[in-house]
Amino acid sequence: MAGIEAMNSGPAIAVDERGGDMRFVVSGRWTAPHAAEVERLAAMLLEEARGGGSVRIDISEIGRLDTLGAWVLDRTRHELGDRGQRADFVGARPEHQTLLDEIAYRGFQEPSRAKNLHIVDFLVDVGRTVVEVGKDFVRGVSFLGEVVAALVVVLFNPRRFRFPALVHQLEHIAFRGVPIIALISFLVGAIVAQQGIFQLQRFGATPFVVDLVGILILRELAVLLTSIMIAGRSGSAFTAEIGSMKMREEVDALRVMGLDPVQVLIVPRVLALIIGLPLLTFLSMMSALLGGGLVAWVYGGISPEIFLARLQGAIVLSTFLVGLIKAPFMALVIGLIASLEGLAVQGSAESLGRQVTSSVVKSIFMVIVVDGLFAMFFAAIDY
Amino acid sequence: MDDTPQNSARTADEREREVVIRVRGLEVGFGEKTIMKGLDLDVYRGEILGFVGASGTGKSVLTRAILGLVPKRAGTIEVFGEDLDGLNPASRRAIERRWGVLFQHGALFSSLTVRQNVQVPMREYLDMSDRLLEELAMLKIEMVGLSPDAADKYPSDLSGGMIKRAALARALALDPEIVFLDEPTSGLDPIGAGDFDDLIATLQKTLGLTVFMVTHDLDSLHSVCDRIAALGEGRIIASGTIEDMLASDHPWVRAYFHGKRARAVMAE
Repeated sequence: MAGIEAMNSGPAIAVDERGGDMRFVVSGRWTAPHAAEVERLAAMLLEEARGGGSVRIDISEIGRLDTLGAWVLDRTRHELGDRGQRADFVGARPEHQTLLDEIAYRGFQEPSRAKNLHIVDFLVDVGRTVVEVGKDFVRGVSFLGEVVAALVVVLFNPRRFRFPALVHQLEHIAFRGVPIIALISFLVGAIVAQQGIFQLQRFGATPFVVDLVGILILRELAVLLTSIMIAGRSGSAFTAEIGSMKMREEVDALRVMGLDPVQVLIVPRVLALIIGLPLLTFLSMMSALLGGGLVAWVYGGISPEIFLARLQGAIVLSTFLVGLIKAPFMALVIGLIASLEGLAVQGSAESLGRQVTSSVVKSIFMVIVVDGLFAMFFAAIDY
Repeated sequence: MDDTPQNSARTADEREREVVIRVRGLEVGFGEKTIMKGLDLDVYRGEILGFVGASGTGKSVLTRAILGLVPKRAGTIEVFGEDLDGLNPASRRAIERRWGVLFQHGALFSSLTVRQNVQVPMREYLDMSDRLLEELAMLKIEMVGLSPDAADKYPSDLSGGMIKRAALARALALDPEIVFLDEPTSGLDPIGAGDFDDLIATLQKTLGLTVFMVTHDLDSLHSVCDRIAALGEGRIIASGTIEDMLASDHPWVRAYFHGKRARAVMAE
């Protein structure tokens, strides 16, 4: 009866009503690619059989049956049963019977989705965030303690210090960061000088642009620019490196070998930052002054000789030192946050992404906060 | 795309003859190193093929070459009678829908729950109601022997055995005709491994699957595999039933199937 054509065509149902017994002849392919059609036919069968007596579902002409088809058929049979209509499969081939037995329809509990008032959710979120920020601070301080302790250990056992790791990190943080830091600083120096000249022109105070550029760059801009760049460039890399090591249990492997992950992974990185960031800050200062000087010359008509002479008058050693002193502290803040976020990575790729983002955002935020604190401090001691 | 009847009534002999994967003269290498040279392999419909070989001989590479994840230098690979090189992207996708892969380490998407992992291929390829989607995902999860409360866990919260099961559930999501299992029982305890073997055998019977299994587990080879192929020196050095393997003269095959561990398994 069932030709090859019927076996290979899409799913179909024919109704055969004789006497009190309703008979549905199911044919074709009841398989996943025909899911929509299978569902529609099953719903139609339920509708057709409504109000009738017992139902027989003839599945001898099914061309192909997979778990989806078997599930839907068995579900339909159960739903008929729930309405009080007796339903049976007839003519099942052995392999189809095995599949139907294996599938054996049962209801699954819908995953419960807790529904709260939005305002409650919002308040819970706010509270949780505040608590998290507090905990973050405590964790940061305790981690600082751990790093300092590890540094002290290294100080007294210089053989435990990983010099190659430090050099490797220095290359990545400082040396490879040179071009981008130099370029950005040069451009910012040039822009500040251009704006300075443009605004000061109106008061006939163009030569003061040298004071503006010199003090602004040396005290604030160079160190801020460098720290923000390094937070984005190296802080994110630390978090990702340490985080993926954490994900693959490499951090645990270090620990069970008796190696302190803080000493092995974090001390070289933080030290490299503390050495590298002041170097880069110095580079940034020089590059920004060059950019400012160039614009002052070309756009403001201040020749290099005059620029340098005025610069010498405008700045004192402390101007330069204020900028440079801040750099190692910025480095410490970036290193601590990046390492801490890296160690907080859980198992999933998503968590890695989240921690890297949060590492960069927190580092940049903290760099600016620390800069503000230093500004207050230097003002207080009149430096 | 799916014009090969899977469950249609066929005699065992007829099934024996239908080749679902045919590899001829396969050559794969990386850089200077040639890993496979002139490899021929047939996989028949409905069988469980166990694939053995010393570490580093390229069992995983062969699997990946068939799946198209590793480029080959020469040779042809036919799946369901179609040469994979000559396919346009649409027919290639149609073939990919008909196989499921269990990667060695599960390769579950770590940011999705088990249920969502299973639903990924279904959502992508099948047109069905949300209710059916939920039900089928739960069905697959239960079929592989996971408890329903594992469905909403993330892969990082699962044990090694549960990850393998969840990955198998995802491999079975589209009711594939062939499943590739890369060391499915490695890292499982012997009882768990035995359960997994039984599971594969049951699924193979009910769903009419063809199973391509890379394994080192002598118990699996002995209890569930219909046929075994041994890889060495860049080609298949022996293939056949466990008895054929025991009778083989090849030194590596002899060492493998007559070793101390093998004897313990065979003695059972």
